[in-house]
Amino acid sequence: MRFRVTHITAYEYKDAVALCRNQAYLLPRQTPWQHCLISTLEIDPQPVDLRERLDPFGNRVSHFALQHAHKKLTVTAKSEIKIKTDPERFAAANRNSWDQLIPQLRSNKSPEILAALPFLYDSPLAGSSSALSDYARPSFPNGRPLADAAMDLMSRIYQDFTYQPGVTTVATPLSQVLKTRQGVCQDFAHLGVACLRSLGLPARYVSGYIETLPPPGQPRLVGADASHAWFSVFTGDAGWLDFDPTNNQLIADQHVTVAWGRDFDDVSPLRGVALGGGEHSVQVSVDVERVSEMPT
Amino acid sequence: MLSENDVNSDIKQFQEQRQHSGGQSFARELGRFDQTSEPGQSRPAHDNQLLQTLNKLGNKRLDKRRKEAQRLLRENGATFNDFETSDTSRSWQFDPIPLIIGREDWAQVEQGLVQRAELLNLILHDMYGPRELLAKGLLPPELVYTHKGFLWPCVGLLPPEEKYLNLYSANLAKGKDGRFWVFEDFAQPPFGSGYALENRIVMTRSFARLFQDFQVHRLAMYFRTLRNRLAQLARHNRAEPTIVVLTPGPEHPLYFEHSYLASYLGCPLVQGADLVVRNGCVWLKTVSGLRQVDVILQRLADDLCDPLELRADSLFGVPGLLEAIRLGNCATANAIGSGALQNPALLSFLPSLAKELLGEELILPSVATWWCGQPREREFVLQHLNQLIIRPIHPLPGLPASIPGRLNESQLAEWRQRIIANPHLFVGQEISSLTTAPSFVSGQIEERPCVLSTYLTAKDDSYVAMSGGLARVDDDEAKLLVAQSGGYSKDTWVLTAEPKKEVNLWRLAQPDQLIEPLLGPLPSRAAENLYWAGRYAERSEATARLLRSILIKFREYSEFRDPDDRLSLEHLLRALTHVTVTYPGFVGEGGRKKLADPRSELMSLARDVDRPGSLRSSLRGFGQAAYIVRDLLPTDAWRIVDNIQQNWNPRFSITQIGSGRLHDSINQLLVQLSAFSGLNNDNMARETDWLLLKIGRSLERALNLIALLRATLVPYFKPSMEAQMFETVLANSNSLITYRRRYRSFMQLPTILELLLCDENYPRSLAYQLRQLERMIAELPAEREQSQADPDTLLISEVLATLRGSEPKALAQLSRNNDCYPLLEELLTQQKDQLERLSEALMNLYFSPSLVPQQLGSARLDRAS
Repeated sequence: MRFRVTHITAYEYKDAVALCRNQAYLLPRQTPWQHCLISTLEIDPQPVDLRERLDPFGNRVSHFALQHAHKKLTVTAKSEIKIKTDPERFAAANRNSWDQLIPQLRSNKSPEILAALPFLYDSPLAGSSSALSDYARPSFPNGRPLADAAMDLMSRIYQDFTYQPGVTTVATPLSQVLKTRQGVCQDFAHLGVACLRSLGLPARYVSGYIETLPPPGQPRLVGADASHAWFSVFTGDAGWLDFDPTNNQLIADQHVTVAWGRDFDDVSPLRGVALGGGEHSVQVSVDVERVSEMPT
Repeated sequence: MLSENDVNSDIKQFQEQRQHSGGQSFARELGRFDQTSEPGQSRPAHDNQLLQTLNKLGNKRLDKRRKEAQRLLRENGATFNDFETSDTSRSWQFDPIPLIIGREDWAQVEQGLVQRAELLNLILHDMYGPRELLAKGLLPPELVYTHKGFLWPCVGLLPPEEKYLNLYSANLAKGKDGRFWVFEDFAQPPFGSGYALENRIVMTRSFARLFQDFQVHRLAMYFRTLRNRLAQLARHNRAEPTIVVLTPGPEHPLYFEHSYLASYLGCPLVQGADLVVRNGCVWLKTVSGLRQVDVILQRLADDLCDPLELRADSLFGVPGLLEAIRLGNCATANAIGSGALQNPALLSFLPSLAKELLGEELILPSVATWWCGQPREREFVLQHLNQLIIRPIHPLPGLPASIPGRLNESQLAEWRQRIIANPHLFVGQEISSLTTAPSFVSGQIEERPCVLSTYLTAKDDSYVAMSGGLARVDDDEAKLLVAQSGGYSKDTWVLTAEPKKEVNLWRLAQPDQLIEPLLGPLPSRAAENLYWAGRYAERSEATARLLRSILIKFREYSEFRDPDDRLSLEHLLRALTHVTVTYPGFVGEGGRKKLADPRSELMSLARDVDRPGSLRSSLRGFGQAAYIVRDLLPTDAWRIVDNIQQNWNPRFSITQIGSGRLHDSINQLLVQLSAFSGLNNDNMARETDWLLLKIGRSLERALNLIALLRATLVPYFKPSMEAQMFETVLANSNSLITYRRRYRSFMQLPTILELLLCDENYPRSLAYQLRQLERMIAELPAEREQSQADPDTLLISEVLATLRGSEPKALAQLSRNNDCYPLLEELLTQQKDQLERLSEALMNLYFSPSLVPQQLGSARLDRAS
């Protein structure tokens, strides 16, 4: 599957901003199943100090600054991505039971396991707790294959929680999400990550996009999409397996991965510090468009 | 509860079992064998020699000197408290008996500390680099990944050849066997080196005699090495790098040390908002524009350094700093992220890491420490909770200190629960049985447990230790080991065989080298505070003078009951409200009542610190501004600032208003304020910092004079009152004598205006202030290519021209209904407005009005399908 993604973030300020520095996680990374063919970052007004590097988790992070007074800032990320997930990945991840994996995390020093360890421990937005462990536990009876168990957890989050924009903010703690059973994709992704960590499994937060199809008979609305997020669990030899609890599906060829981290804070799409500006408003539009696969 | 012997045998057993199991290891026996011996029996020769000298001195004299030293410390501002919330800053308690360390003992300690610094630096490189220690199983991953000091954005921050650890500090305990043991390592802003220096300086002043018997290592070498090291860290501009000391600001309890270090090292002291990242480099905002910063000696917590990549809510940091470091355009000491070492759980892994990374045994052992992240150690700690010090691996908010032996049943249960919930966050540490040192803290020489903070800086490929340190004594071992501050601090003498060598921070020039004078950049914040220190000093003086005039009048009226005195007193009281801008006061609502009995309003204007315009509030403004720039002021000038803050705290009841006591205090204050300006005049080089202080003073003096003249000379008085009023105004401006000499005893408005407004050579006149301002403003640095004059230059010539165009006789023209002098009023109002615009222009030009930083985040994700 091939997609063209356009992600526009526009800030408007009441007063002029004299100086502003930003950090963006907007350019999709390469993964074993995803190839990023084209990616560009357009910034208006013209920035300085624009530089891209890889962060410790292999994500593409861009830095830029605006050093002249401005009242508007528009960041447009455009990319073209080719995705082909491995149909066997679920079965492969199911070869081990989840409780077999846990002792290996301590004893086995393979590069894959060492690379998964940073995602095993609490992070500021996705910390373990006994309440979360209690919630997750019914999906994880002893001996259950890992992929089945994680799939079950995802489905339960999907069923037990109501998708409700506006009731949570970035600062809403998971304990409250668990109590009110409401939230948005970001909360559900954090919930999945923190549940898995509470059981002793490495899990990461994935930031990306999903292709949405219009209801039958209606045209596709350009720019009506948004960024998306889900969780991923480490399965040992079979690597990482991603689940989308908001849509109750194993991620497949409609999910575009941009970056992953311990939680949202590690991979926030756009973060900045501005000097001055007064009040500001921000508009985001995302468009995920399927394009035909050109013979190459 | 177990007895101590039980604990010892348990520890021993534990050690034997763990001997070959790898992982944590524990050095043991902090000299417990020596418990029965009397303290002092095995005292080293140098201590005996010292005690002999002290005995000759006698307790009384010793106590007197101790008090003097304590006073010096306080006056120098060696405070551990904050200036903002309290006007009486508390200083370190000082113990005048130095901790003496023999030459050979020290050699071993130093060697051990250097080895430890090298080891810790390698560990940091591994943590932020390949993390091989985790792969090899030498370091449990939780120790790195769950520690708050480990910052992901700092992974790969420095190239492999650069040191993460350039400054290192270790807290040592001396066991009863005479060996030193490390119980804490510090990498994130290690503090205390400035206090050590300050203690030494005070010691040499108050106890010079004691130094005669000993060859004591000087401390200056350490600071010289530190400064050289900082200069070496510069990657560009290596010949004359700009080094700054970054502080969280005067609210920080260690601000004294930050400013002390900055002043001693000769570097500007800056706050985060003074720095800005542009074009990938860090710049300092100075009065002469932006100046590139090469090296930052940072005294901020690591996670506050860059709100863009680290803690977003930090107001102290510099957005973009990490990126500037990555680009190689700026370096910090220590490298941001070094706080990952400040983890007591590392202590038990150091012996095996030393073998792995250095191929050596640890020279300096650590106090036995059990990390609860491993099951057997956890069990052990839980079993001995009340015999161990429990420390979190990083600071946890709201956690009480664990003082062994003093936990009751419910506290024990809480600790147990806390540890079981998050075992990897805690260690248990053996409570060391410390050797005691002779101390003088309660009027006589006694033995007290003692710990020592040591300081190292990188030099070339290795490290050097300060030959000395900051020793602390307290009554209680556990408190000493748990708390970072408190107790008494004392100087530490490391003995040397060589005769003292004079070492200071001056570099020796090559014989044929011509040194270019380098005017240090004056940070905009410092400039602003110098300006305000000048303004507040002058405002305090003006208020004090007027208060004094009023008190005199008040007494005269009380004695003679002359109705004219009454009237002129009322005029002065109204003038006070106008000059101090403390409306309604004596002029607005309720003014009548206050005029009838002015005492409580006067008291409030003298001492209400929270009332803007009151004398005490102006003095506090003065103190705060001066505190921020104390590194730029002459030492004695700072002492005056401090004395004023200490002394001006009138605790009178209002009945004493007329008694003369307040009058005396005001006289004393006026002398101190003029001593402050005199010292600055005599000692500060005529550079930008001095100019700004003076500009603030002259501008404020002009404004105060205008306010006073408007309130007292603009209204018309009947002739019997007029002379009295004129006399008071002249006396208040310290001008009565000059006036009499010049104009004899003819009291006339035009001659008074000639003297107080127009005489450009008379230091108390308005014209003189304006001329001074014009001259000084012309000397301020100009940033731009000058095609036209700056607004400040234009404004000051304008205001001076207006004044020069005024004729005293013309100004003394009565209004048609004979109640005031309208032309004088017009001129004074105009001058005031112009001067206020000048003040604004100066702020915009030199102080870079700081904009409020704000966080920008992505919009909330809300995608469903």
